[in-house]
Amino acid sequence: MASSQEEVTLLGVVGSPFLHRVQIALKLKGIEYKYLEDDLNNKSDLLLKYNPVHKMIPVLVHNEKPISESLVIVEYIDDTWKQNPILPSDPYQRALARFWAQFMDDKCVVAAAKFVLKVDEKEKEKATEELYEALKFLENELKDKFFAGEEIIGFVDIAAVFIPLLQEVAQIQLFTSEKFPKLFKWSKDFYNHPVVKEIMPSKDQLFVYFKARAQSLAAKKKN
Amino acid sequence: KMTEVKLHGFWYSPFTLKVKWTLELKGIPYENIEEDRFNMSVQIFQYNPIYKRTPILVHDGKPLCESTIIVEYIDQIWPENPLFPIDSYERALARFWIKYADDMVSAIRLLALSSNSEEQVKAIEKIWEHLRVVEDRCFNDHEKKFFGGDTINIVDIAFGSMVKFITVLEDALEVKILEYEKFPHFHLWYNNFKNVPIIKENLPDQDKMLAFLKFSREKLLGSS
Repeated sequence: MASSQEEVTLLGVVGSPFLHRVQIALKLKGIEYKYLEDDLNNKSDLLLKYNPVHKMIPVLVHNEKPISESLVIVEYIDDTWKQNPILPSDPYQRALARFWAQFMDDKCVVAAAKFVLKVDEKEKEKATEELYEALKFLENELKDKFFAGEEIIGFVDIAAVFIPLLQEVAQIQLFTSEKFPKLFKWSKDFYNHPVVKEIMPSKDQLFVYFKARAQSLAAKKKN
Repeated sequence: KMTEVKLHGFWYSPFTLKVKWTLELKGIPYENIEEDRFNMSVQIFQYNPIYKRTPILVHDGKPLCESTIIVEYIDQIWPENPLFPIDSYERALARFWIKYADDMVSAIRLLALSSNSEEQVKAIEKIWEHLRVVEDRCFNDHEKKFFGGDTINIVDIAFGSMVKFITVLEDALEVKILEYEKFPHFHLWYNNFKNVPIIKENLPDQDKMLAFLKFSREKLLGSS
């Protein structure tokens, strides 16, 4: 049986939406953990040890056992600590929540990253098109205040944290309230949720992260 | 309690295969609806407007898309002969490796559609990178015959569906990919896996797959 007495360590880089997903989950459950800030351009031995396959943050280490991939980590947290459930208990709703979270990673995050990191006007136009196509589905899916319901945040909300990270913190306007009224409101509401607000990085921290990310991507392309 | 399970799938796809094997291993009766990849029924676009693809499971009228989500749902609704580990850490590891197996598909597709030897070599090297990771990281417990221990589990199924496809490419393109010398444990594991009775019974026919690959290469590349 898990208790907050057990050792939980989280490796991350502030500004990473993937890290912040895990932090929101841990905070929702009231789990204490040790946070270790890593460096994308100079990865720690600990990171390489705990995630030898992808060498990426976040990595959660629970009693010496490492888990990587942010959505896998969030599900693990939900499986292990039962208070304040993040995923629905109904199997079909659960499957749908997983579907939308996966969609976030497959289509939305990729499109948003392209939107943010592209300098070329033509590429930016293409990225915008891609992003809006993906966001349209999200807009239609949003039925309440949050994806999980009227008063509670859940798996899909958590997966979508990159949206308020960009819209509210970085103030990079992915979309207007005219184009995506529900998502626009959701972004503000989610950002202002007490658990989320405490986790969000500052604008400066976020830009440091973007810069490091752009650097490491450029280095990868060279190789 | 009568429940109705329909699987909209494409016999050639590793993702459909994953779901089929899952249903068969659990002895769940279902209606198999074959979809032509190049001419899918309208229902596919209705059930899966985002990805517009199979497999799609329809359980008592409720549709679910994406094979990884489908198999986990099946395991929850029909918990006998569990394919996902019970322990939450083991389950997290399983989810990690299922994703890793699924991620192999892009390199496999690149190889399937490679139009010259340079592209072919590049694609094979990408596949080898993945196989190397699995060979080095997943076979350290020598007691285990399968990822699931003595019996197969969802990780076996995830890798198995991909490796089956790789063997088709080996035959079609006359290249060696899952070589015993390079990947002894992985190679041995697959030999054991493909001989598990229910797996064997439901393996798509190799010659049929070869013929289809040739056909799709001609269709998509304009050559064979």
